[in-house]
Amino acid sequence: MPAIDILKARQTQVYEKGRDHFTIECNKKSLSGAVSQRACVFCGSRVVLYPVADAVHLVHGPIGCAAYTWDIRGSLSSGPELHRLSFSTDLNEHDIIHGAEQKLERSIRELAAKYKPNAAFVYATCIVGIIGDDVDAVCRKMTKELDIPVIPVHSEGFKGTKRDGYKAACEALFKLVGTAEPEAIEPLSINIMGEFNLAGEAWMIRKYYEKMGINVVSVFTGDGRVNDIKKSHRASLNVVQCSGSMLGLAKMMKEKYGTPFIRVSFFGIEDTSNALYEVAKFFKNDKVYEKTQALVKREVGGIYPKLLEYRKELQGKKAAVYVGGAFKAFSLIQALRVIGIEVVLAGSQTGTPEDYDTLKRLCNEGTIIVDDSNPVELSRFSLEKQADLFIGGVKERPMAMKLGIGFVDHNHERKIALAGYEGMINFAREVHATVTSPVWSFYRKKAWYE
Amino acid sequence: MSKAVTQNSCSYCTPLGASLAFKGIENTITMLHGSQGCATYMRRFLISHFREPIDIASSSFTEETAIFGGGQNLHLGLDNLSSQYEPELIAVASTCLSETIGDDLNMHISEYKKKKAGQPIPEIIAVSTPSYKGSHIEGFYIAVTELVKHFSEGKSSPTGPVNLFPGMVSCEDLRYLKSVLHAFNVPYIMVPDYSETLEGGNWKNHHPIPPGGTPVRALARTGIARGSIEFGQVIDKKQSAATYLAEKRGVPAAMIPIPIGIHCSDIFFKTLEEISGTSLPTEFRQTRGRLVDAYGDAHKYVFGKRAIIYGEDDFVLSIASFLLEIGMQLAVCGGSGRGVGFKDKLVDLVQANDGEMPIIYEGSDFKEVELAAMQKGGDIFVGNSKGYKISRSFDIPLVRIGFPIHDRVGGQRIHHLGYKGTLYLLDLITNEIIRTKQSLSSVAYSYI
Repeated sequence: MPAIDILKARQTQVYEKGRDHFTIECNKKSLSGAVSQRACVFCGSRVVLYPVADAVHLVHGPIGCAAYTWDIRGSLSSGPELHRLSFSTDLNEHDIIHGAEQKLERSIRELAAKYKPNAAFVYATCIVGIIGDDVDAVCRKMTKELDIPVIPVHSEGFKGTKRDGYKAACEALFKLVGTAEPEAIEPLSINIMGEFNLAGEAWMIRKYYEKMGINVVSVFTGDGRVNDIKKSHRASLNVVQCSGSMLGLAKMMKEKYGTPFIRVSFFGIEDTSNALYEVAKFFKNDKVYEKTQALVKREVGGIYPKLLEYRKELQGKKAAVYVGGAFKAFSLIQALRVIGIEVVLAGSQTGTPEDYDTLKRLCNEGTIIVDDSNPVELSRFSLEKQADLFIGGVKERPMAMKLGIGFVDHNHERKIALAGYEGMINFAREVHATVTSPVWSFYRKKAWYE
Repeated sequence: MSKAVTQNSCSYCTPLGASLAFKGIENTITMLHGSQGCATYMRRFLISHFREPIDIASSSFTEETAIFGGGQNLHLGLDNLSSQYEPELIAVASTCLSETIGDDLNMHISEYKKKKAGQPIPEIIAVSTPSYKGSHIEGFYIAVTELVKHFSEGKSSPTGPVNLFPGMVSCEDLRYLKSVLHAFNVPYIMVPDYSETLEGGNWKNHHPIPPGGTPVRALARTGIARGSIEFGQVIDKKQSAATYLAEKRGVPAAMIPIPIGIHCSDIFFKTLEEISGTSLPTEFRQTRGRLVDAYGDAHKYVFGKRAIIYGEDDFVLSIASFLLEIGMQLAVCGGSGRGVGFKDKLVDLVQANDGEMPIIYEGSDFKEVELAAMQKGGDIFVGNSKGYKISRSFDIPLVRIGFPIHDRVGGQRIHHLGYKGTLYLLDLITNEIIRTKQSLSSVAYSYI
């Protein structure tokens, strides 16, 4: 264990490759009093369902949960934008004492009348069960009355971790799956899961598959539509990105509809190419395979020379990576390697034991690996390992920059596409602009009067 | 029947305001007693405005905690915070969850103190901030009031310091207020002061708690102050630190408007003269003169322009007063809270200025602001950056001031207060109106 004061109860969640030899503990509830970078069950559900753009997302609870998640993700829609609005039952003291089922009903009715959504997701927050509201019953009643699916999402914040929120979201989506039939069943068809169309990434990825001759039935949930989700059980394969968020749904669909799934990542050249080849291999179709080869060759060839230029300037720099899902960390480590950067700190909020085994394998000796970390650990390790760059989300940004460590946003709020081949170039450009900016020299050098 | 659903809320929950206020106390760390998500969401929300590291801990409730109570979690959290942050003060704010299950924070804390008897532990303070009661601004006031309740000692003395309770203003405003008090040459205690903790310089080493803030030991002396100044005309008396000190410690209280515009700033400086015994220093006379002169320079551009304003109640009141002073009209006023007498005060203000009666909302959301704006029309939005989408959809410019500013840099540095802050706001608003006029004109005028 490195010599900084890690909270005792967290010592098995912090690991240094080459020095430590234990299994990293994970999927634990966050420790009280630690400033975890994680959110809660509600957050897990909200981020997964958020991009479904033709449904209303009604948060049943006091105002905070809805207010803090208003327009929080960079998920784009090619049509309706209901997901970018924030709806809350805004519970007050009276509601807490007397219950708020009536208010919930009225809220759903008002929203349905005003926005004519194709479905409604009703998120139960912390206190809903405690005040005795039967959200399931209200949703059943409103489904009948409004003739649209009104789906409860059991996302009480304290009932587990963010992963449990993913699960609740998957269960909610699964209620829609199989409730409509497509006009024709395409044999060469897939669903893309765990892709949220940040900065239009789902559109880029969809285009790749379409160029390969594959039909994309539904993207879960980027640029998502209720009707596509309903018909998604007729796809031949589920292509699942992102560690935890949608694997649950893929498993449920496999069990009920026999749809097989593969796990992929669309970050970095290697992983993006693998994600395309894996699908091509699955369909065992020569034409598809040839098209895939041509596509990969063209795309990689298009960006590789530029990447090498970046690499020349970035070679030898060090990065810290702390992200929500561990799968993203794997891809980032590889993508950074392509541009000459070594990862010295890697971690995730929601990794599983298997994820951490993979991380250990991917990382170099001396790399620190953390689960559910906090600002104290992250900043101290970044300094100790002399990171030039931190990749994470909004909460890590000021922490890193305060110390003169450049920052690249790789969270769900970003506005720059980082997926696929185009994304790799954007990523390299971002990293380059961050690491080579002259501003950091003022952080490191002493002021003239010091 | 009134609407049931809130759409695009203008207000945030009570613990957010409390967390912000506690950031202004030196060497203090805040813990929210509830689910992990509350702390993380509020950190993210505040960080997006201040662009500074903001640590807020959580007692991380589990299902067992929700059933058996949060005592054990709270104790563990206090232990962990003490060892990782070595704070002087731990401020614990409740949440909707802990309040709904009836968790008694003060009982848990006194048990903790008993358990730790004889050992050095930080000061601990608890505030009740259930998110279903009030909004972020109330949480802010509650936190400040609890601080003086907990720490103030003694009785008012004519030689004591001046207390200043500025409410939720920007880091730049706080720095400005300190320089004003300095210029009046009067000892003061400003609660809270997050001007350094939320807008500090670069660091060589990691600081678990950023330097700066009102010293905890200074809070005791709020009780012996010669007087208190609190910005706020519609604060609930129970949430007013100045009122508490007046009642319990005999400290005379001046509850005055947030000093924006000439009228409201005059009240502030007059109050300062009285309380300090120092007559208005020359620099402020000069700035006031420049401001009057600038009103003259700007009046043609802004006259009759109609504004849609929104934000915390007291902020809206002062902005409204300022805009009326320069000859603008109010089309819509959306107050995010339910301040005592907010609507009446606004109506009085408009009538006193013979102005157009705006649509006034209490506890409003952005849907209401949007509908009202559609009905009344307007030339300019004045408020925080959450109004951007409406301003864009109507193609009416937005001048971003207040909190939160999430889509521009520098929100923490906007100077709103005093003659000097008003000068800055005047330039901002006037130039935005000029910019709009230029961009709508077919001629590229280079003199306006």
